[in-house]
Amino acid sequence: MPRIVVDVMLKPEILDPQGKAIAGALPRLGFTSFEAVRQGKRFELSVDGEVTEEILAQAREAAETLLSNPVIEDVVNVEVVED
Amino acid sequence: MSAELPLIGDYSTPSTEISGARIGVVTFPGTLDDRDAARAVRAAGAEAVSLWHADTDLQDVDAVVIPGGFSYGDYLRAGAISRFAPMMAKIADAANSDAKLPVLGICNGFQILTESHLLPGSMIKNDHLKFICRDQLLRVENNQTAWTNGFEAGQEITIVLKNQDGQYVADEKVLDELEAENRIAFSYVGWNPNGSRRSIAGVSNKAGNVVGLMPHPEHAIEAGFGPDHRGTDGLAFFTSVLTHLVGGKK
Repeated sequence: MPRIVVDVMLKPEILDPQGKAIAGALPRLGFTSFEAVRQGKRFELSVDGEVTEEILAQAREAAETLLSNPVIEDVVNVEVVED
Repeated sequence: MSAELPLIGDYSTPSTEISGARIGVVTFPGTLDDRDAARAVRAAGAEAVSLWHADTDLQDVDAVVIPGGFSYGDYLRAGAISRFAPMMAKIADAANSDAKLPVLGICNGFQILTESHLLPGSMIKNDHLKFICRDQLLRVENNQTAWTNGFEAGQEITIVLKNQDGQYVADEKVLDELEAENRIAFSYVGWNPNGSRRSIAGVSNKAGNVVGLMPHPEHAIEAGFGPDHRGTDGLAFFTSVLTHLVGGKK
């Protein structure tokens, strides 16, 4: 069953408190190469059958209306993944 | 109402002008503070009307309170799913209509109002990442709204703050607009408890009929139970809207 993957990230100018906390934990575990962490969300929308342009357009609209809040977040990726 | 603060509850009959006002309190799956909000409405002298999120009948209410809690478990984003409830569509229409239905969003209710774009900005996790529950000092920045006309401008009040996602954010342009248009309704005084931009605790829409804030006025309406066991600073939210409804101060 093909899936449409939607990735949502906080806008760059919005402070990400969770990412900051993760960034603080990394060096404690010996991972010292990472300057910063930002945490986002990945959604997988399963489709029964072929992903048509219309279905993809619906996914893009859902990404902008429900899956993300344009005030604080950007939809950074919408792609079809075939299994 | 008596001008003097009663030592205990003021049980005098509310003035006849405000009796008969009906104020809706919306319940979503996961709402926690609807009972307290309804109690606050009654303490102010109005009738509380329960509104269910899935219904579409506003039941001719004169104003609406969207109470706090964790509607839909805060899944996706706080308020993100509730915002699409049928009742919310009705409330948004009525708030934006010529009738300008007064709407107060408290905590999760504030988050629902920003997700609905009835109010600008949004809330993200507290900057310190912890849930916080404390008696919070606020300054009333704008006493010209439907829900704040009973306060003095600049008055400091103490009500309960309790949340996880309370950090108010908006871009600089929106923040400048809010300041210029006097739409910052409440600011945190002293320590900023969640990293909110410009210490904003609550905002209003342009018309002043829609107000949202993170702290909880409905928990500070009765002597003996509010902050410090005596605070009743929250009651004026609910009496303000009654004054507004009878055409008093805006």
